[in-house]
Amino acid sequence: MRFSLRPLPRTVHPGAWWLWALAMASCASRTTNPLLLIMILAVCGYVVVRRRSDAPWALAFRMYLLLGAFIVTMRVAFRVVFGGGQGSIVLFTLPQIPLPEWAAGIRLFGPVAAEQLLGGAYDGLRLATMLVCVGAANALANPKRMLKALPGALYEIGTAVVVALSVAPQLVESVQRVRRARRLRAGGQKGARALRGILIPVLEDAVNRSLALAAAMASHGYGRTGRISPRTRLLTGFLVLTGLLGVCAGLYGVMDASTPRYMGAPMLLAGLAVATTGFLIGGRRLRRTRYRPDRWRPGEAAVVLSGLSAATLLYLTTKVDAADLYPSLTPLTWPEIGALPALGILLGALPAWLAPPPVLEQGAYDGESASSRTGAGEHGPTAMTKEPAA
Amino acid sequence: MIQFEQVTFTYPGAAEPALREVDLDLGEGELVLVTGRTGVGKSTLLGAVNGLVPRFTGGQLRGRVAVAGQDTAHFPPQEFAHLVGVVGQDPLAGFVTDTVEDELAYGMEQLGLSSEVMRKRVEETLDLLGIAELRRRALSTLSGGQQQRVALGSVLTAHPKVLVLDEPTSALDPTAAEDVLAAIIRLVHDLGTTVLVAEHRVERVVQYADRLLHLPGDGTVRDGAPAALLTDSDVAPPVVRLGRLAGWRPLPLSVRDARRRAGELRERLAGHAPPASAPGGGAVALAARRLTVTYGATVAVSHVDLALHSGEVLALMGRNGSGKSSLLWALQGSGPRRSGTVDVSGTDPGKVPARRARALVGLVPQTASDLLYLETVDAECAQSDTESTAPEGTCRALLDSLAPGIPGGRHPRDLSEGQKLALVLAVQLSSAPGVVLLDEPTRGLDYHAKARFTEVVRELAARGSAVVVATHDVEFVAGAADRVAVMAEGEIVADGPTARVVVSSPAFAPQIAKVLAPQEWLTVEQIAGVLAQEKGVPA
Repeated sequence: MRFSLRPLPRTVHPGAWWLWALAMASCASRTTNPLLLIMILAVCGYVVVRRRSDAPWALAFRMYLLLGAFIVTMRVAFRVVFGGGQGSIVLFTLPQIPLPEWAAGIRLFGPVAAEQLLGGAYDGLRLATMLVCVGAANALANPKRMLKALPGALYEIGTAVVVALSVAPQLVESVQRVRRARRLRAGGQKGARALRGILIPVLEDAVNRSLALAAAMASHGYGRTGRISPRTRLLTGFLVLTGLLGVCAGLYGVMDASTPRYMGAPMLLAGLAVATTGFLIGGRRLRRTRYRPDRWRPGEAAVVLSGLSAATLLYLTTKVDAADLYPSLTPLTWPEIGALPALGILLGALPAWLAPPPVLEQGAYDGESASSRTGAGEHGPTAMTKEPAA
Repeated sequence: MIQFEQVTFTYPGAAEPALREVDLDLGEGELVLVTGRTGVGKSTLLGAVNGLVPRFTGGQLRGRVAVAGQDTAHFPPQEFAHLVGVVGQDPLAGFVTDTVEDELAYGMEQLGLSSEVMRKRVEETLDLLGIAELRRRALSTLSGGQQQRVALGSVLTAHPKVLVLDEPTSALDPTAAEDVLAAIIRLVHDLGTTVLVAEHRVERVVQYADRLLHLPGDGTVRDGAPAALLTDSDVAPPVVRLGRLAGWRPLPLSVRDARRRAGELRERLAGHAPPASAPGGGAVALAARRLTVTYGATVAVSHVDLALHSGEVLALMGRNGSGKSSLLWALQGSGPRRSGTVDVSGTDPGKVPARRARALVGLVPQTASDLLYLETVDAECAQSDTESTAPEGTCRALLDSLAPGIPGGRHPRDLSEGQKLALVLAVQLSSAPGVVLLDEPTRGLDYHAKARFTEVVRELAARGSAVVVATHDVEFVAGAADRVAVMAEGEIVADGPTARVVVSSPAFAPQIAKVLAPQEWLTVEQIAGVLAQEKGVPA
């Protein structure tokens, strides 16, 4: 019997990627050592490159990298402008802008020290790395599939978000189309009147579209209650509402010390329990199933474990030898890499091999001959969408 | 399967009911075609089947509508999801999810089917409709025909007993429409599904229909066999009108039927030549040289040379996405253009301000209502006069010549499709452009509105304008165009007199041409002219 270690291509549970990414972000939050941070960035980047699909959201990773670079630049620039930290190694001196008496303590420009710049860069890099970790999760996991993993009672919210996500680009397309059409009439108005000429057709379009969508969803059976007695419906509604009221009261009790004891934590817990019961009954009464649900399999466990072990090792380092994690600025020293944190971060790269590779959509485009047979242009009706506003 | 008992439906605030005492009993496995002019209540009838009318529209419904014994008065449309599948005209508007597979599964998820059943049915449906290779594609990247088939699939997975289709092929090019229809026919024959379909382009569906419901416009429904009902119906495809003209009984419904009967007619016509379409004798009104339009890496129009002559109507055909719209927008000057030149009497409309370009070339876009934004027809007309610095009343006069009798106080949204088109055309014509471009104008027009629009286009040409119409509608082209250009992949692949281009093409030939090939006849009117002439001259 042969056993292949190479996992089959499939989609990984989005929750696994998110847990892994959050673990990596927590690693980043524990250090300002630029070498370690760059290692984390490299690990995230490598895993993303190896395991992302070719879907549109997967290409957003670059945007997160750019945003990270922007954060680092801004941090350093602020340190130069406001001259926050003092340092002994002055690199160059900018002319200082004298400020009035009441602004004492704030300095604009003036001498720029290496410590001060490095401090800004380290800080910025830490924030940027955490951001890139979140970006990695977004690139690796389909955000819409994450919504699908919500518990049954929150299904409606998930659907609303998905619909909103698809409506936004349609609205943009609508605006572009109408703007082009306005040019055809050579309206020539400015300001409010021109806005009106665009807004009214777009809104009309949006309202029509949402009515059509609502009708289509109803015909597809969305919100089917089945033959359930109105009493059950009344009961769930009552439970959920009472429970949520209890939660509100409980929260108030917890925050306000002057309220009686029972209004605090007990109320909060009781409210949560009642609301959950309502959700559960509600979720059960809606008989609904999932098409190809994401399952938790060894691949997912491996992804999460690698992230968790990285986070654990970093946590241990803070207990054992925290000096490596926060390189000293005064006196200025070279950052060093300790064996323990380095090992931890490298463990985080394991999903690049252990996680199942994504299913690439390349195959979908092999059907070109078939689609041209059906008279389908490669850009189809969206040709209109692709024509940008003049 | 579907029962209507004494159904009368009145929209809120309407004086007359849209449906009046309708009695129907549609059996299992029937393909029923619903015809009638625009606004006679076809969509109302279809919507009543699963209760969307009156639950989503408001209004009062009397009588009883039931599907498989389940009464729409007692259950909301959701509870009909496993019985009735509904597909509308614009599939994109009805999509809930974003990929093909998810959309196919959506209805089943709502019904609470088990995971294994869903997997199986999705695979079956993908194969049934021939869209297996599209399974992971995003819905917005599909072509119109593909989208329509996915929409069909998304209701089929629930295994409904009844399919309700509202204009499923209106927006599609002839080939894509055939694909969708083939899928529907297969359902009726293989699965015994009852199909209720409304369609303006009767010629596409009538040959497959078991039964015809004709709505004459007074709220009643005439119910009968297609061939019998069409003898005096106000909505009739060309092949039926040819049959009426030649006195064939029973009426032919398909090209095949007609062709088998047409031997004698062909002989009679052999001695006559079809009237040659007016050759583009006019001066060149617009000349485009090596016009190229790109969007990112996509080439929409590639090195197109095109000359438009005044007094000539050019039909621009080609499948969805072949670059027709892009070409029109580039010719008008408002759309993007990568390279090439456009010359309208010495001026390039792309290089002058919008107001100037509009006086040279007028364009009516695909969604014509985008141009309208005021509350009344009169306000739109007045605004148009100011925009085109035309004397007051120009636009209104144009409107009255195009579509007489539209009340000035009416909201543009409440006009019929044909009236809306006339209004937008009047707005665009008020700056008196020498070149008029129309993008898919015949969408949503019934035979009468289309016939009227054909006259409008011919009048425009007769007054010396150069007219371009981008369209999928072969019957309209046969009646209105002097010249046809066919686009594919951004290039013009055929350009010539209408008869020469369309007669030889299996997709673009009108029904009459198919019946009488190899003779180059295009419309029933031509034949009628010849036969009348024959009668006038004693043999």
